[in-house]
Amino acid sequence: MERDKNFILGIYEDEDVLLEAVTQLRQGGVRIHEVFSPFPVHGLDEVLGYKRSKLPIAAFLFGLLGTALALLMQYYMMGIDWPMIIGGKDFAPLPTFIPVTFELTVLLSAFGMVGVFLITSNLKPWGQPRIFDLRITDDKHVMAIDMANNAGLGEQKITDILKSSGASEVNKKSFDR
Amino acid sequence: MQVTSSIREPLITGGKTLKDITHDVSRQVEGKPSLGWLIGLLVSVGALLLGSIALAATLWEGIGMWGLNKTVGWAWDITNFVWWVGIGHAGTLISAVLLLFRQKWRMAINRAAEAMTIFAVICAAMFPVIHMGRPWLGAYWALPLPNTFGSLWVNFNSPLLWDVFAISTYFSVSLVFWYIGLIPDFATIRDRATGFRKVIYGALSFGWDGAARTWSRYESVALILAGLATPLVLSVHTIVSFDFATSVIPGWHTTIFPPYFVAGAIFSGFAMVLSLMIVTRKVFKLEDYITIGHIELMNIVIIITGSIVGIAYITEFFIAWYSGVAAEQYAFINRATGPYWWAYWSMMTCNVISPQLFWIKKIRTSIIATFILSIVVNIGMWFERFVIIVTSLHRDYLPSSWVMFYPTWADVGIYLFTFGLFFTLFLLFAKFFPVINMAEIKSIVKSSSVRTNK
Repeated sequence: MERDKNFILGIYEDEDVLLEAVTQLRQGGVRIHEVFSPFPVHGLDEVLGYKRSKLPIAAFLFGLLGTALALLMQYYMMGIDWPMIIGGKDFAPLPTFIPVTFELTVLLSAFGMVGVFLITSNLKPWGQPRIFDLRITDDKHVMAIDMANNAGLGEQKITDILKSSGASEVNKKSFDR
Repeated sequence: MQVTSSIREPLITGGKTLKDITHDVSRQVEGKPSLGWLIGLLVSVGALLLGSIALAATLWEGIGMWGLNKTVGWAWDITNFVWWVGIGHAGTLISAVLLLFRQKWRMAINRAAEAMTIFAVICAAMFPVIHMGRPWLGAYWALPLPNTFGSLWVNFNSPLLWDVFAISTYFSVSLVFWYIGLIPDFATIRDRATGFRKVIYGALSFGWDGAARTWSRYESVALILAGLATPLVLSVHTIVSFDFATSVIPGWHTTIFPPYFVAGAIFSGFAMVLSLMIVTRKVFKLEDYITIGHIELMNIVIIITGSIVGIAYITEFFIAWYSGVAAEQYAFINRATGPYWWAYWSMMTCNVISPQLFWIKKIRTSIIATFILSIVVNIGMWFERFVIIVTSLHRDYLPSSWVMFYPTWADVGIYLFTFGLFFTLFLLFAKFFPVINMAEIKSIVKSSSVRTNK
């Protein structure tokens, strides 16, 4: 069977039932493709075994880049390219560089991190998401199980496990692409 | 799982389910515009068009159209600039600072407050840009661009330049923060829509699918953006206050300005959020989400920041006396008793006395009283900036050049233009964007609604 095409979907109404169900299914050896929710469910990434996001590191590095670029720019312009005495200050007075340095640090950090977020999460205006169920953005949590990844268990078995874990509905969904 | 005390008032009333939330917020976007909205838009666009005559005249003739003279070089323009920037601060405070403090009541109002921030900053930025006189050349004066002078760079020692960086960073980071929060809600509208609307909201939602992996990243992005926006918002009004505080003009040359300006900004911003939200909740029937509890909490913030501002006024006066500098002392005596005494006492009444009424529970939980006082506060905050700017300038070092400032029709017209722009943008936002962050509100339904807190 081809991967990433045929799914069994467990629909959950309640986030606490969902969290319990994810733990139960993973212990039972079911490999979960992904869980979709209308809102961020705290602790869901942990029970699904996802690693902590590295986005904070990206934000820090971009911030560092912003600090460095801002200081270099100001030092070059005021201290090297056209040195001038303004208000009796040094050619390159560091204290007066701090506000602009701070702003550019924040700017690059925020934009860099958001850029990385959009790219890694594949979010783009022309993006065509695979919609497993239209109610995901409304009021239902949907657990998607790739049948090809769980060939050993069989459809009936997975359906039974989902039902017993508290799913209110169990559906099938196939994608062409 | 989150535990909320049973004695705590629920944040969402009316026994809403997740589906109700989707419906209540999305129906504003999907339905036909209401009559009230259309009238509001008509008035706002009217103000915008009327004001644009003054704007066009100023751009054509130059800033001689304004009431400025050789003694009073800054007046309505910079007053309006500081006033609008200040209003913007509440949006970031609600969405970023209250997120860091885990204040869940922010969720019902953060979307609209952030929109207000963005539109207020647009209005604010117009004033210094127009004040350049020839704004089409402004990029060379405000940004470090290579130019034909070889290159003569901008002056990084100047707080006015810091302001350029602060305001533009503030605007763009707020915009990104706001938009990231909107993506999941645009997806909700996309999934309910058909046809053309589905295409538009599909593009706006960036292909959001609600996967747990994306939500996990989304949450860390929101947290870090909040962490970045918090010092940013403090820095913005600090730097605005540096425009005055780093000068040597009596009345401006005070070290108290940064915290005093930031408190004043939050004070006026919360007042504007209240004015807007009281109308929005009524027109869009969102009383179950923006409750009296929300209004009361915002009024408490107004008491606190209003009192900080009041103490700052008194401290400033005391320090002027204590400094022993005659010019400084005169600047303050002149403010309170000189020809602009009415502006000073309007500021004192509106900003220091009127918010103290919110100590009375009946007043801070009354919608009518809150609405009136929120407008009074913003009038007071406008006078504060006018007092600081004009009264410190109009009697300068030579009594022969002492003058009064009189605004012209162009001054008034451009101010009207920014009002038109602000309300036009806000009304368009309220109609076409989800005014409440549905995804965030849904995450607290279970822990903080009437159904669970029985």
